[in-house]
Amino acid sequence: MKFKLQQYLSGNQELRIMSGKPRLIYLNGRGRMESIRWLLAAAGVEFEEVYLETKEQFEKLIKDGSLLFQQVPLVEIDGMKMVQTRAIMSYIAGKYNLYGKDLKERALIDMYVEGISDLMQMILMFPFSPPDAKEKNLESIKERATNRYFPVFEKVLKQHGQDFLVGNKFSWADVQLMEAILAVEEKVPDVLSGFPQLQVFKTKMSNMPTIKKFLPGCRNFFIVGILLILALKLYKTKLKQQRA
Amino acid sequence: MAGKPKLHYTKGRGKMESIRWLLAAAGVEFEEEFIETKEDLEKLRNDGVLLFEQVPMVEMDGMKMVQTRAILSYIAAKYNLYGKDLKERAWIDMYVEGTTDLMGMIMYLPFQPADTKEKNLALIIERATTRYFPVYEKALKDHGQDYLVGNKLSWADIHLLEAILMVEECKPDVLSAFPLLQAFKGRISNIPTIKKFLQPGSQRKPPTDEKFVAVVRKIFNI
Repeated sequence: MKFKLQQYLSGNQELRIMSGKPRLIYLNGRGRMESIRWLLAAAGVEFEEVYLETKEQFEKLIKDGSLLFQQVPLVEIDGMKMVQTRAIMSYIAGKYNLYGKDLKERALIDMYVEGISDLMQMILMFPFSPPDAKEKNLESIKERATNRYFPVFEKVLKQHGQDFLVGNKFSWADVQLMEAILAVEEKVPDVLSGFPQLQVFKTKMSNMPTIKKFLPGCRNFFIVGILLILALKLYKTKLKQQRA
Repeated sequence: MAGKPKLHYTKGRGKMESIRWLLAAAGVEFEEEFIETKEDLEKLRNDGVLLFEQVPMVEMDGMKMVQTRAILSYIAAKYNLYGKDLKERAWIDMYVEGTTDLMGMIMYLPFQPADTKEKNLALIIERATTRYFPVYEKALKDHGQDYLVGNKLSWADIHLLEAILMVEECKPDVLSAFPLLQAFKGRISNIPTIKKFLQPGSQRKPPTDEKFVAVVRKIFNI
């Protein structure tokens, strides 16, 4: 559900209390909010979004004192106005049991997530590259993904032979890796060609119900499917009418 | 089994300094192995001990930990500097991310081209005094307690003290408009473990000078 920013800023308290869902305030784009959307979706948590469309809206948000460090992402959750991407994600992971069973598993998850985050940062900044640097930056993304990051996770999965990266249980690390794989594939379609374990991992993740629901391809397929069924029904009805 | 943590990094502040601060504040003795040449870094990489080919790396509790935030989170949790529940942790995380952003600007300053230094320094001071310090001043004012979160010493307090001292090295009177932060600075500096770390001869590293910048550039090829 999306809300107009005006509604939000006018302090629509009833709406907020009623829904109880986390509310995400950001631009209508991926940026630093996308990983948060992924994590909430993977955890099966419904959320609302408010999109910032102008500089004035952003400035008003700052003036209202909603942004601790005058920056977005902002996520309203459990009575807090949370900022700072990592803080938000750590909280969500902790709350929805996606952070391992003990301190050591958490350490592993943190290490994996931080590594992937460095790779995602390159992709996040890519659209802002000057035109003459774009090709070089794309090459860097490909190089880092295939030489530094993906080999680590390929090895982890191979060594323990389990479905998930840490503790034989779905965690934040798996969600983050899945997001990264898809993001890199958008730029380098055959990037997983040397990584059989990651290919299997990607398929497994895609089939998890909460993630399946979140993936755009599936959503479109579902919508098209419904439309086809409706169209067929309509056609059948028309045929019946014609015969009669 | 329970050896001291061993830190692998250059002999300078960089990304390891916050880790030194946190261990010291927690009263944990640690060893350091310094990377002095490009070959030292290559050896670590070839030995396969750097998960993403990068330092900091901290050997601790049977793990070879990398990624600064992961290491800091682990230490904070292990030594009870991470709040008492998920919400306190959320606040500590938010505060620490803020001071991390501020200290990050200062960390990169010596590596910036000479003709941008003055402008970047001005930006650091501006951010410190208009974006970051006011937040912590207000937090202390709102609850009137000695520590940022949960009326108890946490990672957030240690990180903030580190940031204050770093900014003061850039501009000594930067806290002039922040009375509560001045009091905070005095209080936290007097905690025995931290007081010890602030004394000469401790493992705290000095600010990065031009000579050290050259060493770092050589080691990391930047």
